[in-house]
Amino acid sequence: MPRAALPAPTYPLVHHTLDNGLHVLLAPDRSSPVVGVGVYYDVGIRSEPEGRTGFAHLFEHLMFQGSANLEKLAHFRYVQSSGGTFNGSTHLDYTNYFEVLPSNALSRGLFLEADRMRSPRITGENLANQIAVVKEEIRVNVLNRPYGGFPWLLLPPVLFDTFPNAHNGYGDFVDLESATVDDAVDFFRRYYAPSNAVLSVSGDFDEDEALALVQGHFGDIAAREIPPRPDFSESDLDAERRKSAEDPLAPLPAVAAGWRVPDPVGGFDDYLPYVVLAEVLADGDASRLEQRLVQKDRTVTQLAAYLGLMGDPFDVRNPTALVLQAHHAPTATADTVLDAASEEFDRLATAGLAGGELERVRARILAQLFREVDPVLGRTLALAAFEQIHGRAELLTELPARLAAVTAEQVQEAAATLRPDRRAVLELAAGGAK
Amino acid sequence: MTATATPLADGRAPSGVVPPLGPVPRVKQPTAAERILPTALRVLAVRRPGVPLVEVRLRVPFGGTAPNHSARATLLGETMLTGTERHDQVGLAAALQSLGADLRVSVDADRLTLDGNVLRTGLPDLLALVTEVLTEATYPAREVAGERERLVERLSIARSQPSVLVGEALNRRLYGDHPYARELPTVDAVRAVTPPQLRRLHAERVRPPDAVLVLVGDLSPARTLDTVQAALDAWTGQGADRRVPPLPPVTPGPIVLVDRPGSVQASIRLGGRAVPRDAPDYPALQLANLVYGGYFSSRLVENIREDKGYTYGPHSRISHGAAGSTLVIDADVATEVAAPALLESWYELGRMATKPVKPEELEDVRQYAIGTLALSIATQSGLASTLAALLGLGLGLDWLREHPRRLAAVTVEDAFAAAQRYLAPSGLVTVVLGKASGLEPALRTLGPVELG
Repeated sequence: MPRAALPAPTYPLVHHTLDNGLHVLLAPDRSSPVVGVGVYYDVGIRSEPEGRTGFAHLFEHLMFQGSANLEKLAHFRYVQSSGGTFNGSTHLDYTNYFEVLPSNALSRGLFLEADRMRSPRITGENLANQIAVVKEEIRVNVLNRPYGGFPWLLLPPVLFDTFPNAHNGYGDFVDLESATVDDAVDFFRRYYAPSNAVLSVSGDFDEDEALALVQGHFGDIAAREIPPRPDFSESDLDAERRKSAEDPLAPLPAVAAGWRVPDPVGGFDDYLPYVVLAEVLADGDASRLEQRLVQKDRTVTQLAAYLGLMGDPFDVRNPTALVLQAHHAPTATADTVLDAASEEFDRLATAGLAGGELERVRARILAQLFREVDPVLGRTLALAAFEQIHGRAELLTELPARLAAVTAEQVQEAAATLRPDRRAVLELAAGGAK
Repeated sequence: MTATATPLADGRAPSGVVPPLGPVPRVKQPTAAERILPTALRVLAVRRPGVPLVEVRLRVPFGGTAPNHSARATLLGETMLTGTERHDQVGLAAALQSLGADLRVSVDADRLTLDGNVLRTGLPDLLALVTEVLTEATYPAREVAGERERLVERLSIARSQPSVLVGEALNRRLYGDHPYARELPTVDAVRAVTPPQLRRLHAERVRPPDAVLVLVGDLSPARTLDTVQAALDAWTGQGADRRVPPLPPVTPGPIVLVDRPGSVQASIRLGGRAVPRDAPDYPALQLANLVYGGYFSSRLVENIREDKGYTYGPHSRISHGAAGSTLVIDADVATEVAAPALLESWYELGRMATKPVKPEELEDVRQYAIGTLALSIATQSGLASTLAALLGLGLGLDWLREHPRRLAAVTVEDAFAAAQRYLAPSGLVTVVLGKASGLEPALRTLGPVELG
């Protein structure tokens, strides 16, 4: 597809900062009578203190347990009885809370978010209840299933040295059980200030009316000092690192490898070739590694390559990684898989991309981007993440052009950096093989 | 035109008071066009511009009662895109990618599903590739052999997941000898499938009669129907009998306990009969189920998650198949609280079936059902999938347009009657998967237990 034909998602964007420092981002679109509301707090897994692994996520649960004017359970009921849905999620660098609602509930959605930004109800009873709920969440998502936490919880301790980057973000049970109400109150005071948040609202509203509503609901929340954002960067690996783990439930072995990549924010244009490279390597049956490992060698059952330990190429800060993961046949070893992958990286690094390869991969990335932002909620969240992590929501609309500027040579150079001596490898043994 | 929230004069909510809802916004009906092609394929094209994409959903009836049908049908789905007369596997994938397209095939107990999406400008080329696959798929021996081994390995991964294992146990308990009980094939049956069998199955069953094709996106409905007709007129033929037999009645009995020695949780499932979307009492059942456990603000979530902390997420859902509809309730809980969690789940069912819901509970789920229906069809992908599911079961856009009105008409008495009929714990089956030695004594205090 010729470059000029690439369409781009365009939305009018309105920025506003309240006196208390809350950054507001409005993207009106009146095509469907729905609105998305998202609040992004600039604190995530990397900021939780030692001895309190899993605390950022536990705290996310506490934000749903009632607030200044709302009893426990009221938040859920007000959203759902308005015909909407809600959720929250905890990431490495941020924690978000969001609703999607019929547009006649916009004021209500803003009220609900403002009320917990003002003052969540943190009690010993709610804390004990949510510690129990989070432990069941970890059991259902990690401990009671094969490949739970592979590789997002297992690879970071191989890839990184410092506590913020390496620790288990879901949390150890001992740490979770040690959490106190005082910890939670301190965490809220420190990180949940208006000036540490982005409020993103998209969908069916008039921007002046929406701004007045935002001012009305959030304007009187007191400003607080926020801590400077820490620099979590670490130096690159100077030799290969390996760890192995046994998954007692897994029927087939698996391997994951990670390579550090350029700063996804400060080095955005150096980072983008890696985003393209991941797709060249593993998106679909025509990708390099599918052809080699699945179709030709037949050593691998399923594989993926992506940017970011949580699959979050554009909403993570430095340091992060390109991750390759593969479930492989018991007859193959991790080295069989990694050696073949290395040969393919070398082939890319020396011979470059084939004719048309860059164009077709780019077309697919673009289509995926459109699919993500078609739902009003996807748009609300993507704009908020670009605003908070990159400081510019506009980057979302510029992304097609920025991707189009990535050259075959840059992808080739990126492939050349995926050397064995720069990788962190996690081998997962199949303890559940019969 | 739509209405928005009406702010107070200064845009400010009175302190501490949850703002009331504004006037209900009108849902704009999308423009659509529908045609049954001379080949008997039913095509529906719907305009929803949003982003410059088109979502494509093809559903072909694919039920079968032969013991090896599921293995053959599943492998057919895995290998349909591995070669045609004109493209090999990589060539086909590259051709799709260059259109910005994605295409996936899968098969379940009712149907073959071909789902795709494409940059708007690539739609005619995508339709040409879809037609090529439907009429010229070759099932090359080498690719079939490779995919067969991958399917075997993926089945072993699937059957190491507690959710899959307990789902299979529940299906055996609910469906007995019906094909729905063996949707996931056995490894031995998969190993026995050959390329000629796949080619024959394709020739017999991948045919347009009773199939539906839905296209939603940045398109002109009338022109798109012409484009589709021109592209797909080569896909012809008569379908073999692809009907699915009706479901057997549910026979309640002892708790079925399935041993999974390494489990650190108990996976609890309850199942029963429900009714299809066009049944007169479906709207009342839909709302009663929401009150029970069908959304976060439900009685079950409030009880076993927010009050007692037994589980991360209990759910109660109604699923619709060609042979009938089923109610499934699930909760994964810590082993030591499995019996109390099951007791509370039954208690809340019993409460639904013996006492009418409160009017305010009914209003809450009514607004939730109407609002989330609108949300689910506010995206290209959501609208396409919803319409394909409806058309595949003989319903259509009319059902979607009329359903909010039906939900609005449900009374407390209607919801109570539906709960009595479908949510009574005495009419449901119970399956628990986990570490049997840690579960059995406590479960026996609640009732008879049989090992499954």
